[in-house]
Amino acid sequence: MTTPVTPDEGLWRELAPQALARLLRTYGRDQFELCEDAVQDALLDAHRQWATRPPDDPQAWLCETARRRYVDRVRSDARRRARETRVALLEEPLDGEAEPGDDALLLLQLCCQPDLPRSAQVALTLRAVAGLSTAQIANAYTLPEATIAQRITRAKRRLKDLDGDLPRPGHAEERLPPVLDVLYVMFTEAHHTTSGAPVRDADLAGEAIRLTRLLRQAVPDSTDVAGLLALMLLTEGRHPARVGELGQLIPLDEQDRTLWNHTLIDEGLALLDEVVPGAQPGPYLLQACIAGVHAQAADTESTDWDEIHALYTVLDADTGGRNPVIALNRIVAQAMVQGYAAALSALDDLVANHPDLPRADAVRAHLLERSGRDAEAVAAYRRAIAATVNAAEQRHLRDRLRRLVHVEE
Amino acid sequence: MKYLILMHVDPTVLENLTEEQQKLLGEGHGAFMAETKENGEFISTQALGDPSRSKVVRPGGDGPEVTDGPFVEAKEFLGGFYLLDVEDEARAVELARKIPDVQIPGLAVEIRPVVFSDLGDG
Repeated sequence: MTTPVTPDEGLWRELAPQALARLLRTYGRDQFELCEDAVQDALLDAHRQWATRPPDDPQAWLCETARRRYVDRVRSDARRRARETRVALLEEPLDGEAEPGDDALLLLQLCCQPDLPRSAQVALTLRAVAGLSTAQIANAYTLPEATIAQRITRAKRRLKDLDGDLPRPGHAEERLPPVLDVLYVMFTEAHHTTSGAPVRDADLAGEAIRLTRLLRQAVPDSTDVAGLLALMLLTEGRHPARVGELGQLIPLDEQDRTLWNHTLIDEGLALLDEVVPGAQPGPYLLQACIAGVHAQAADTESTDWDEIHALYTVLDADTGGRNPVIALNRIVAQAMVQGYAAALSALDDLVANHPDLPRADAVRAHLLERSGRDAEAVAAYRRAIAATVNAAEQRHLRDRLRRLVHVEE
Repeated sequence: MKYLILMHVDPTVLENLTEEQQKLLGEGHGAFMAETKENGEFISTQALGDPSRSKVVRPGGDGPEVTDGPFVEAKEFLGGFYLLDVEDEARAVELARKIPDVQIPGLAVEIRPVVFSDLGDG
């Protein structure tokens, strides 16, 4: 590569995790703190030098500089007990065979250590793999920087304390389930965060998609990874129509579908075409297929509800009927296929087993309203408003309730 | 998930605290803050002044009117709160049980989910 490099944030964020992963692989994950500091040092060096002396190969330059900075830090750290062992290790050359995708994947696997709490896994992933600053993560979650900083510090300390080796590069199947879960949580939180600050949300969703793309490159054969990526693309594609000008939530059946981002949706649909035939679909792929059916319909009426109902039924069975949220969504589809009475009766059965199910009253209110049972719908909307902790959803339910109450008066 | 833990206090209970209870409150809150900070669950805490310092602004004939005293006349009042970010409601309850107030008869804490946040720094 001979093109001069203009360092921008995107490039830093791509290169820094790779350099970090290489250091960790060489020197061990108990060196997380020190390796991260060394990469930060190297980034500063790059800022100073690249403007006048751009490197031929930015990645190699950064990795080598980070390694030298790590060596400096270990040498100057006289308090370190195992100093001599470390110094011996420093003479080992960096492993040059790994692909950049492997590095990112390795970091993802490391951050998604199953023994860490989910919130720590997510924060660490955003910090180390996505390269977001503590302030950016704090902003995305509307938390103070100190809270996020403490979570990351604690997670690193726990990583250090936990026994066992680093996940092996090139063994993507290891820890794939928690990695997918973390990416999914990151993405859904972006879409479920309370309204009022939509700018914040976009970042998290964008990061989740970016990382899932990386994962897909590293593990092209996994239909679970492909399914999650398709699900994210199709959901994100609908996002522009999902939130109104005042931050209010617009349900699918009222969305202006011309506002959808069709580039993302087409990419998601193409991905489904590629992986669905012959696949043994897991939960993410099934949810992506449902999103795909919605994305191909011009409006609610022309939506293939039979297909959606069938997919939800498979998904419900697939999760052993243990996930009441999926059952709730299946009931919404059932209403479109078998009518409101059948759906309400199924809802009664579901709530009997899950009395505290969130959104059950919101679905009930919707079904009752559509059945013309206004008085019962009003009562259900009131219960649903009290039950939700999402400000945008609360506003949406209040709008519905207001409409009904005004009709009554 | 963010939760607000509201600490309800009763002035007569506070006036009649024993030496040990006083100590329990002081040290207990210190320990509670240290623990939630260490866990990365702490967002903030505020203690509020006496309700006799309250002013209430409400609509009046010629625009908003200002009156002295609390909005609701009650024996108990809001003494302060903790704002926490925790995994779920069960964890919020688990933490609330560690607040020293819940060991003193006449005091209590209340746990409410937060539905909207803006910390003013973004």
